Amino acid sequence: MAAELVLFVILAVVAVATAVAVVVSKNPVYAVLFLVINFFALAMFYIVLAAQFIAFLQILIYAGAIMVLFLFVVMMLNLTGAIENVQDRLPLQRRAAVVLALVLIVEAGVIATTGAFRQAAVPAPVGGNFGTSGPIGAKLFSDYLLPFELTSVLLLIAMVGSVVLTRRRTD
Amino acid sequence: MLPASYYVALSAVLFTIGVVGVLIRRNPLIMFMSIELMLNAANLAFVTFARYQRSLDGHVFVFIVMTVAAAEVAVGLGIIVAIFRQRGDINIDDLNLMKW
Repeated sequence: MAAELVLFVILAVVAVATAVAVVVSKNPVYAVLFLVINFFALAMFYIVLAAQFIAFLQILIYAGAIMVLFLFVVMMLNLTGAIENVQDRLPLQRRAAVVLALVLIVEAGVIATTGAFRQAAVPAPVGGNFGTSGPIGAKLFSDYLLPFELTSVLLLIAMVGSVVLTRRRTD
Repeated sequence: MLPASYYVALSAVLFTIGVVGVLIRRNPLIMFMSIELMLNAANLAFVTFARYQRSLDGHVFVFIVMTVAAAEVAVGLGIIVAIFRQRGDINIDDLNLMKW
């Protein structure tokens, strides 16, 4: 219990600090790198929660593929700092954001500390192959076959869409 | 095992940071990264409940959320690149052509 709490606190501090750094950093390149650290911390949480397959998917897809895509676009556009300096046309939005954040935090705190989540302190242990690719694949191809096939169509549409959007007009 | 409320509270904090990031930043790339933060917070909640309910359905949902995130990033960054080519800069406040 104690070792697990220490691990949780360390990983949580890393995750929250890097998330804040993503939001406040001026240079988008630094924001991308902080986001990669954040994804690695979340992957550690997934391993603690017996979700090995999801943890490795997180590192491969998020920290690998999606963040490389982000880095490409950040380097290509070179937007550093230029747009944050123009005058803000929605000054109320920042104050509204602070109020909304406080409301969300209080609401989540109330739910997390008073609801049914507290009583499940000792969940039953899971089998050795709980979060591995085999059982998840069996579920994907039986109960969730239609959503799984729909994601392939979604990825195809996204691929065609991004190619069409970034094509240079030659006429 | 720690109580599930620890992980749920962490997920809520990460989600709130993502919301604030979308609202206070004007850089579309940072706004996209904040959306990724929110999706990851939801994924953490899914995995937590999958562990505490001993059910693999949450893992399947995380799988699908990751697919949606990949598609969203591909199309969104494509739109950003296209707008940047068209206009030379990308100020979120100027992009109101579709406003009625």
